[in-house]
Amino acid sequence: MNLIAIFEAINLKVPMKILVCISNVPDTTSKINFTEGDTKFDTNGVQFVINPNDEFGLTRAMWFKEKQGATVHVATVGGPQTEPTIRKALAIGADEAIRVNAEPADGFFVAKQLAEIVKNGGYDLVIAGRESIDYNGGMVPGILATLLDMNFVNTCIGLEVDGNTATALREIDGGKEKLSTSLPLVIGGQKGLVQESDLRIPNMRGIMMARQKALNVVEPVEASQPTQDQKFEKPAPKGQVKLVDADNVGELVNLLHNEAKVI
Amino acid sequence: MSVLVYTESEKGKFKKSAFEVASYAYKVAQDLGTNVTAVAFNANDEASLGNYGVSKVLKISNDQLATFNAKAYADALTQAAEAEGAKVIILSSSADTKFLAPILTAKLSAGYVPNVVAAPDSTSPFVVKRTAFSNKGFAHTEISSDIKIIGVSNNAYGAMENNVSASVEDFNPSLGDSDFTTKSVEVDKVAGKVSIADADIVVSGGRGLKGPENWGMVEELADVLGAATACSKPVSDLGWRPHGEHVGQTGKPVASNLYIAIGISGAIQHLAGVSASKTKVVINNDPEAPFFKAADYGIVGDAFEVVPKLIEKLKEFKAQNA
Repeated sequence: MNLIAIFEAINLKVPMKILVCISNVPDTTSKINFTEGDTKFDTNGVQFVINPNDEFGLTRAMWFKEKQGATVHVATVGGPQTEPTIRKALAIGADEAIRVNAEPADGFFVAKQLAEIVKNGGYDLVIAGRESIDYNGGMVPGILATLLDMNFVNTCIGLEVDGNTATALREIDGGKEKLSTSLPLVIGGQKGLVQESDLRIPNMRGIMMARQKALNVVEPVEASQPTQDQKFEKPAPKGQVKLVDADNVGELVNLLHNEAKVI
Repeated sequence: MSVLVYTESEKGKFKKSAFEVASYAYKVAQDLGTNVTAVAFNANDEASLGNYGVSKVLKISNDQLATFNAKAYADALTQAAEAEGAKVIILSSSADTKFLAPILTAKLSAGYVPNVVAAPDSTSPFVVKRTAFSNKGFAHTEISSDIKIIGVSNNAYGAMENNVSASVEDFNPSLGDSDFTTKSVEVDKVAGKVSIADADIVVSGGRGLKGPENWGMVEELADVLGAATACSKPVSDLGWRPHGEHVGQTGKPVASNLYIAIGISGAIQHLAGVSASKTKVVINNDPEAPFFKAADYGIVGDAFEVVPKLIEKLKEFKAQNA
């Protein structure tokens, strides 16, 4: 009898196997500069972190681990320089990590790499961020789900799983929508999956334990890259602010109407 | 070979962004020497799309699609793209569209670039300008796949009238149970309130407002202007306002015509998220607040005195211009 059959026989729910996809991104406070003739992002002096949208998802995965006995793996597509970020995810509590040893060329390429991992790992639930805060493609979770014919919920701000059934809350323009779906499922998560105050800073014990956990490096599979960033630019510098006296608020109304023409 | 555009509607009425993406599609079609075909789901008045350069409308009337369903909509759009032989597909940046876009991308093995802010730099090679690094920069991105999908940023290109006569054809995509494995159970939307994504004007409050009990004047100002209300990250983290109102790098982006920041100092993450707004106004009692460096207009003063005065002046202005 295998484990699943045993669980079913004694009417226990089979614990979920979760993959959290992690993107290694510049800290939100980073100033952005470009180099090599504005063709590359300048990583000089930039602190890299777990993509915030992914971190909300990772924290939700920890909840499933602690309350429902789920196993949590994390995966990233990136070079060796991304390992401190993955180790941080392990220190927060993920059980195992996988790094696909390739630069994340574009969203389609990354989704293909992750699809291979999900297929081989037999995950029930894949939690990715709605978008990475660097390239903002917002396409990896949806492409991944479609390549593997899994269900997909984007801009996910709440998730409950009961057996094979999932109830997800999704942010929509001007409100939220409750969706009913089933595993296997991919979500594009964001703040709301857990609150900001629920995010965890790894403690010493977690950091020590993370050193013992497996970080498997795999080579990429062949995949196309349909988009290429040719050149970057920074926004034009802003002109001087026009100050209006606090005792003359009517002047602001006048400027917004006659000069900016926005009211 | 036409350029395909997904024109979104709500309760049968086209959204403002539908006319914007149609206008964008017209520009691309002109560059490529072809026409624009729009796909409309359960919409009324399809012929009005002709005012924005659409030559043909594929009209889908299907009760199963009365509520948005990303997978089913993406499947219908895939079939429309195949029927038209479309090589370029134009989408908006709404939450629903960003939900279906990656599904459509995978189904068509396309190259997808979202957050595009201008007409293509060139169509051969196909290069578009988009925001990157959460509005702290721009990228010029080449799409080299056979089928190209472009997500146009809200309010970046604008709706432009180009009168052509639009023919309307019924289109019946074949949909099956596998399209509906994820179902909408309940939609919770505040009726009669404009969303941040659709708003021309956004009024936003920060920690300088001292507590949730002081939001009355923010809402009143928004009412007078027909604006959406928003807030900074600390305000949503403190639970003073719902998360859906958080704008900034990790919250919602704002690309309104007018953004009014009250009691928001202007952290780099916040400024990035709102930078696409065309005109920015800051009201803050601290003249050193970083937001003054990013704003077009500013008032240094106590929000609790300035905002009520501003409401009063705007009411007078509206009465005169009514």
